[in-house]
Amino acid sequence: MSLRDPLAIARGLGPAKEGLHHWWVLRLSSVALMLLTPWFVWFALSLVGADLGTVRATVGDPLQATLLLAFVGTMFWHAQLGLQVVVEDYVHGWLELALQILIKFTCALAALASALAIGRLVFSA
Amino acid sequence: MATRQRPISPFMIGPYYRPQLTSVLSIIHRGTGVFLVLGALMLVAYLLAAASGPQAFATANACAYSLPGKGFALASLFALAYHFFNGVRHLLWDIGWGYELSRTYATGYAVVALSILSTFAIAMLAWNAGGAA
Repeated sequence: MSLRDPLAIARGLGPAKEGLHHWWVLRLSSVALMLLTPWFVWFALSLVGADLGTVRATVGDPLQATLLLAFVGTMFWHAQLGLQVVVEDYVHGWLELALQILIKFTCALAALASALAIGRLVFSA
Repeated sequence: MATRQRPISPFMIGPYYRPQLTSVLSIIHRGTGVFLVLGALMLVAYLLAAASGPQAFATANACAYSLPGKGFALASLFALAYHFFNGVRHLLWDIGWGYELSRTYATGYAVVALSILSTFAIAMLAWNAGGAA
């Protein structure tokens, strides 16, 4: 039998207290996406069958570019939060860590790449 | 304490727990969410191709307007519609509305109907906009 105070073992093993922030940001991004998605569907429809000139002119419009940037940025923010939860629930062990890192890197890269692509289309329009 | 391995939450559905509209719609929400990440990456590829120039854009269009490309776009459209409508349903729950069992089922059927109808309507619009493309 140990004379150690059980509190010494329990201390630090509670929740990290970051869960609420994760929950809130996932909802905040979904509210933004609820507003942006109808616009995106309309935007994507306007690009069906479009040639490069039309794409440049459409994305080159500052308002469209702003909304597209907001949509893509919010989407990857939302995606990495959601994928994180799915992996936490179903994948365990070393694969869980590897997937979490892969998800964060992929979403960050994808968001950066879209920002760069939109920027180039805007500034060459 | 019994030490045998008991089935836990997500693995209850199927052999231990009859699938219901609520649980099935819940897992479809996750499935469509994961699938939409692929669609999002395709959007990034399209934007990068358009930013790169005519040659890359032609390649991207050849992929997008091929039969598998159109099939993928249709699947992404349905996933987006479903995730959108069921996401609104989730946000309504988050503000405390719609927890009564009858209402949970009613909104569930509404999500399914709205997803199918809007997918069909938007696909028709895209078909007309694309012409022969």
